[in-house]
Amino acid sequence: MDNLALLSFGSQGWGDELLKGLCITLLLAFLALPIGLIIGTGVAGLSVSSSRFGRAFATFYTTLLRGLPELLTLFIIYHGLGLLLNQLIKWLNPDIKYVEFSPFAAGIIALALVFSSYAAEVIRGAWQAMDKGQKEAGIALSMNRWLIFWFIERPQIVRLALPGLGNLWINLLKDTALVSVIALDDLMRAANIAVGATKKPFLFYLSVCLVYWLICILCERVLFKMETRLNRGISAGK
Amino acid sequence: MLDVLTRFAPMLADGALITLKITLLSVSMAALLALPLSLMRIQESRFLRWPVQLIISFFRGTPLIAQLFLLYYGSGQFRPFLMEMGLWGFFRDPVNCAILTFTMNSMAYQTEILRGALQSVDKRSVEAGKAMGMPMNLLYRHIVLPLAYRTAFPALGNEVILMLKGGAVASVITVMDLMGQTRRVFSQSFDINVYLVAAAMYLIIAIVFVSIWRLFERYLNRHQSHRVIRRKPITNRTALN
Amino acid sequence: MNKTYLPIKLALVAMSISAYQASAQETVRIGTEGAYPPFNYFTADGQLAGFDIDIGKAICADMGVQCEFIAQDWDGIIPALLANKYDVVLASMFITEARKEQVAFTKPYQASAMTFVVDKNSGINDVDPESMDGMIIGAQSSTTQADYLASAYPNAEIRLYPTQDAANLDMASGRIDAMVGDIMPMTDWIATQDGSCCEKAGELITNPKYVGEGVGMALRKEDAELRERINKSLANIISNGTYQKINEQYFSLNLLTLK
Repeated sequence: MDNLALLSFGSQGWGDELLKGLCITLLLAFLALPIGLIIGTGVAGLSVSSSRFGRAFATFYTTLLRGLPELLTLFIIYHGLGLLLNQLIKWLNPDIKYVEFSPFAAGIIALALVFSSYAAEVIRGAWQAMDKGQKEAGIALSMNRWLIFWFIERPQIVRLALPGLGNLWINLLKDTALVSVIALDDLMRAANIAVGATKKPFLFYLSVCLVYWLICILCERVLFKMETRLNRGISAGK
Repeated sequence: MLDVLTRFAPMLADGALITLKITLLSVSMAALLALPLSLMRIQESRFLRWPVQLIISFFRGTPLIAQLFLLYYGSGQFRPFLMEMGLWGFFRDPVNCAILTFTMNSMAYQTEILRGALQSVDKRSVEAGKAMGMPMNLLYRHIVLPLAYRTAFPALGNEVILMLKGGAVASVITVMDLMGQTRRVFSQSFDINVYLVAAAMYLIIAIVFVSIWRLFERYLNRHQSHRVIRRKPITNRTALN
Repeated sequence: MNKTYLPIKLALVAMSISAYQASAQETVRIGTEGAYPPFNYFTADGQLAGFDIDIGKAICADMGVQCEFIAQDWDGIIPALLANKYDVVLASMFITEARKEQVAFTKPYQASAMTFVVDKNSGINDVDPESMDGMIIGAQSSTTQADYLASAYPNAEIRLYPTQDAANLDMASGRIDAMVGDIMPMTDWIATQDGSCCEKAGELITNPKYVGEGVGMALRKEDAELRERINKSLANIISNGTYQKINEQYFSLNLLTLK
């Protein structure tokens, strides 16, 4: 069948290009995840801090980034930040020619920012849902602040936030498809290029949909296992 | 900045109207479809449950932009067939394709939200209705659905916001919504401020919508206004709340 | 900027380049779109190919430099040049006044003209603004075609596509009544099976107000030296027949004269 030939690997088929695109997609998601988590945790920390300015900033940050279309955030980062960066560097040192601001960097930054704004809310929710008696128990055992955070609060936040973060991870994987619009050769753009050359949109778009679907289902399975494991001490008691 | 506003605001405003139209049409049609689907989804019978689960899983497991390309360019490939069925007139228009895709996508998410809400309805309320001898349709109309919709209300509001934002991808299939107009104006002027104006417009739409939705929510929960309401999120797919 | 410092700056820049490439041959990075057959496109093994690519390679060979091709979407092709993603845009870009405000062009390496394309069975013969009233016309966004439609066809519904390929798909499926494209790729497309639905209509659009002075390569304004070297090599490959040879591989028409 010629449809299968089009999806095959090698110089005639587009299978290898799609696979390369898939690697970029996964790389984007796996790089944006830790950055987003770190920023998200920081913003969540600010939102429960005693500093009024910190709380206001956290609210501003999460409202802004969760209110903007991801596509628009991506364009602002890609076109805006690149320009800004170059102007800044030119201003600092006029002898430096330009700095490269690649779509890949723009993609990671934009995806990480969007992820962090949602993650901050999830982590904040987990923090607030935690039983305050636990912290008091730690104080009663004369543990210091960092010991309490590391041994009592952190494990519970991870458990409480995991379902929410799991959903955000799936959203992140799907949002990577948007970078195709700024010509980053991810899975989606590989399909666009293949469609342009072969005029078989249905075949290629259906194929990439199935690939994304499969990855999401796999991730859901893994997340379910992780949740069960983290909850093993909890559900038994009920 | 002011200069940009006066020059481009009319075009962006045109786009914003299209964005609003597409979003509202999609989410309301999705709401109509989500009700029967969520009722199917909570049935014991596998034959009723599984097809719904499959549809939900597909639309939630694939990027919206991929779904849109599949429907838009995919349907173009089947033009002769669609013409025979008399459907080409519909598929020919990119706005229709966007609305159809977004409706299906939102339908999947809303069905999940409603399923959660239906399952969270207090069994005792249902039993009370049964004890009064209410038939099934009355039971649903007067007890189950009002309770479920009240629980689902905040999550449904989130879904509208997510559709408003997600709908920006319609610009890649030539729809001149707010995002489409923004990209066109930027490609002519290379003026980054255009994006900032568009961002402000999206934020304003979202904030106005959230405020209206909260008013409705307060209205729905007015009988509980003396109590402190602690609601649990129905879904973890959160937006502005 | 103070002009007296310019030579010093250039010297510094030149030094940094030569320091950077002390061991390697000089590399010129060329940005192209990769979605505009037969000028620039991706083959199934993921390589860029096409008329623009071959011209680029010939010019690089004449200049004695290494060529690196980078694909970039059309809407971002000038911003990415300005952001130094590459040094030259070689993507069948029309030389227009609006673009000249942002970038500097080499001498034209193709003559330019645009044409309408319509469905063979549509019965559209006249493509003047009155007869196209209310029709749906497609074009690629951020192109001279898009500007032309916006100013000359205010009463038509204009659809703008991210790539010419996408517009071609919708033309073939009948979503748009007509489209405007560059003469060469349109001629090429209607000769393929996918484009067999359609034919050229109306007169060629050659008004320099819209099509400019031809098709050129775009560079950052400050890279005047590189621009001159490219102009020289372009003249060389035209006079020594290399250009004609590449031209014949792709088109029966001569791209410099459109004859």
